[in-house]
Amino acid sequence: MVKHAKPKTFYDTFERRGPGEKNTTYCPGCGHGNAHKLIAEVIAELGIQDRVIFCSPVGCSVFAYYYFDTGNVQCSHGRAPAVATGLSRARDNAIVISYQGDGDLAGIGMGAIMHAANRGEHMAVFFINNAIYGMTGGQMAPTTLIGQKTTTTPFGRSPGREGFPIRMCELINELQAPVYIERVSLGDAARIMRAKRAVKQALLNQVNKKGFSFVELLSPCPINWKMTPIEARKWLIDTMEPLFPVKVFRNIEEPPVKYEPPKVLSDAELVNHFAATTEIEIPVSPREVEDQYIKIAGFGGQGVMSAGVFLANCAIKEGFNATWLPSYGPEMRGGTANASVIISNNQIGTPLVSSPNVLIAMNAPSLDTFEETVVSSGLVIVNSSLVSRKLRREDVRAIYAPVTEIAKDVGLIAAASVVALTLYACISGAVQIETIKKVIPLSLKKKALVDVNLKAVEAAVEYYQKNIKEAYSYTSVK
Amino acid sequence: MAKQLIKGNEAVVYGALLGGATHFFGYPITPASEIAHAAAEYFVSTGRCFLQAEDEVNAINMLYGAASAGGRVMTASSGPGIALMSEGLSYLAGAELPAVVVDVQRAGPGLGNIWPEQADYNMVVKGGGHGNYRNIVLAPFSAQEMCDFAYRAFELAERYRMTVFILADAYIGQIMEAVEVPTKVHHSPRKEWALYADRESRHNLITSILMNTELLYHHNKKLQEKYAKVERELVEWEEYDTEDADFLFVAYGISARISLSVVRELRRLNQKAGLLRPKTLYPFPSARIAELSRQVRQIAVVELSNGQMAADVELAARRSVLKYNWMGGKVPSIQEVLELAKEDMKQTTTVRG
Repeated sequence: MVKHAKPKTFYDTFERRGPGEKNTTYCPGCGHGNAHKLIAEVIAELGIQDRVIFCSPVGCSVFAYYYFDTGNVQCSHGRAPAVATGLSRARDNAIVISYQGDGDLAGIGMGAIMHAANRGEHMAVFFINNAIYGMTGGQMAPTTLIGQKTTTTPFGRSPGREGFPIRMCELINELQAPVYIERVSLGDAARIMRAKRAVKQALLNQVNKKGFSFVELLSPCPINWKMTPIEARKWLIDTMEPLFPVKVFRNIEEPPVKYEPPKVLSDAELVNHFAATTEIEIPVSPREVEDQYIKIAGFGGQGVMSAGVFLANCAIKEGFNATWLPSYGPEMRGGTANASVIISNNQIGTPLVSSPNVLIAMNAPSLDTFEETVVSSGLVIVNSSLVSRKLRREDVRAIYAPVTEIAKDVGLIAAASVVALTLYACISGAVQIETIKKVIPLSLKKKALVDVNLKAVEAAVEYYQKNIKEAYSYTSVK
Repeated sequence: MAKQLIKGNEAVVYGALLGGATHFFGYPITPASEIAHAAAEYFVSTGRCFLQAEDEVNAINMLYGAASAGGRVMTASSGPGIALMSEGLSYLAGAELPAVVVDVQRAGPGLGNIWPEQADYNMVVKGGGHGNYRNIVLAPFSAQEMCDFAYRAFELAERYRMTVFILADAYIGQIMEAVEVPTKVHHSPRKEWALYADRESRHNLITSILMNTELLYHHNKKLQEKYAKVERELVEWEEYDTEDADFLFVAYGISARISLSVVRELRRLNQKAGLLRPKTLYPFPSARIAELSRQVRQIAVVELSNGQMAADVELAARRSVLKYNWMGGKVPSIQEVLELAKEDMKQTTTVRG
């Protein structure tokens, strides 16, 4: 027995439209009324009214929330699948419906629908294809037929000018993730019954967490087609259906991706996740150091960026303030990459070092670039393994040390920057060698790398004691 | 709790997750991509949702959807991406949905380059999209504040049902500093207006369309009243050496860090310089600037733009200010700003407010 009562999914009166209002905003003979009723009936039959969140689009169905007594979100033009994605990812228990017209879905919203489909989002999409823009006044839609007259194709759609009608089911059928794709028609009573079965399948798929389900409903728009409702249904069947074949494109039993809810960490686990990892004891009494404005520069692969991070890490472990700022972007691909590091007892202003009092030049282009920027009486450590020239200036303190060779001797060229930092630490006293040794294991994951870097520190200290300590004093300006 | 050396772009993700963030939807763009990288790692490993959207237009609409469902949602981008989000930001404001957006500013216009600029000020602070709306705008100037502001932002967004922007720049995103990470996790309470896919919330409607002019007029009035409340309750700033200052710098973000260094140099030279840095750009510390304007002889706004914030400072101070502007990704050294200030201090003709 067929009951012709209003499904309880609809509000009794449409108060959001107006007090006591019982009529919809749809024109006589419009297919939206049919489509709404089918969806409302299926929601009632499946007993999912409380769980439904209905996304209404921009277009004639913009006010679907007047009618559906479900959760409602009104979306911007074409973005309903993105909004539905957000909803679906936020509420596991939600049955999310994205209801869209042809301009909304296949025009402005083409990107959104294709990607939601491709991700296999948990949503049922009901796509009303009436081959025209309804609400804005009968303009051409992506699905408008060749030769069809609209307000923006007054001479009929011409493929040379406007291209061909887009068939969405066929397009989406190219994707792997969707579980269900069907095109139905609202052309007559039998077709409407078939359409209801499709609506039910799409919503059942949501109940069963099967995934993305897409139902295209060919729908009449008598007003904009400039036809009577009866003519419109006939035109739909005779003219639209041959171009947009009514059929099941896909109906997969086993979804290609099984739904698994994420494992959410507890508060304690979350706090732990971000807590400072390993604590180390640094036996250091708070002391004053002159502000260190350090520029570490070299070619990519010499590890100057990570050396800077490492140095800043040592400094904060000793209780200093420190900043690290990289030079990044195109400059990194040229001869010199560099990092700015500042160590200070005070709050640090700009983290940019434009006039360093310490320059560690790991290769020749770096020395060329930054030599002139060093402040008078500043310290310049030059990697003499790779830089053959001497400094052009005489007002800075220059140290020439074969840091690459020292690193090579301990078995890891990449440790050159650690050698350079160790020399800097020895000369300046800004950070302690003990600190460097303790921070190395925190910064490196591989045990083998830790050992060789510690060896590099030892080698650098030895080199300092043999070759620099005696010869060097703050007054011996080279 | 011990401090950790963390990059600004990573600290913002730490703060967000501890602040109760549940969803991150984003699209890659330099120099904000590191936030997406950190979010991809940490949102997923903590059981929250990270999703790389197909573009910024849909990313912001994913925020709209997840916020409708009561989630604590965020995204991060830079100027070109924020511009694409303008439509969605306007809808979020119209529907009064809470959201958090991080803008790591790069240089424009157009594709510009990836170096820092502060030229998104007008777009972000004045709204950006269509309609009469505002965003709460927080301006971090350290990695610590990237963390702290993200930690607070979700609660603010929900309290006022607004978008909260964290307006950083390429340097504040890139900087690594010692950060103290919060040790308490915040959670979003159930919200009476949101959709939970259950009977209690079934009658809720999230929308920005009000076809009746009377209704939309009142909606707009209500929004303006809310913004006035935000202006009364939320304005924050920090001052350095302003007590006896007769030369006032106003700057935010990386420019405030530079200005702080300059103020210290000037103090060393026995010049009475001070700095006011807004921590909120909307609401703007206009009243305090007006007060200081009566005290100081000159005001200089240091900005990596053509003077976008300077216009607001002038409005607040009711007088012309000195504009120290850099554009195109160029960032001044201490010396460059110092020279300008020293030169301007010689002028004695500046009119008092």
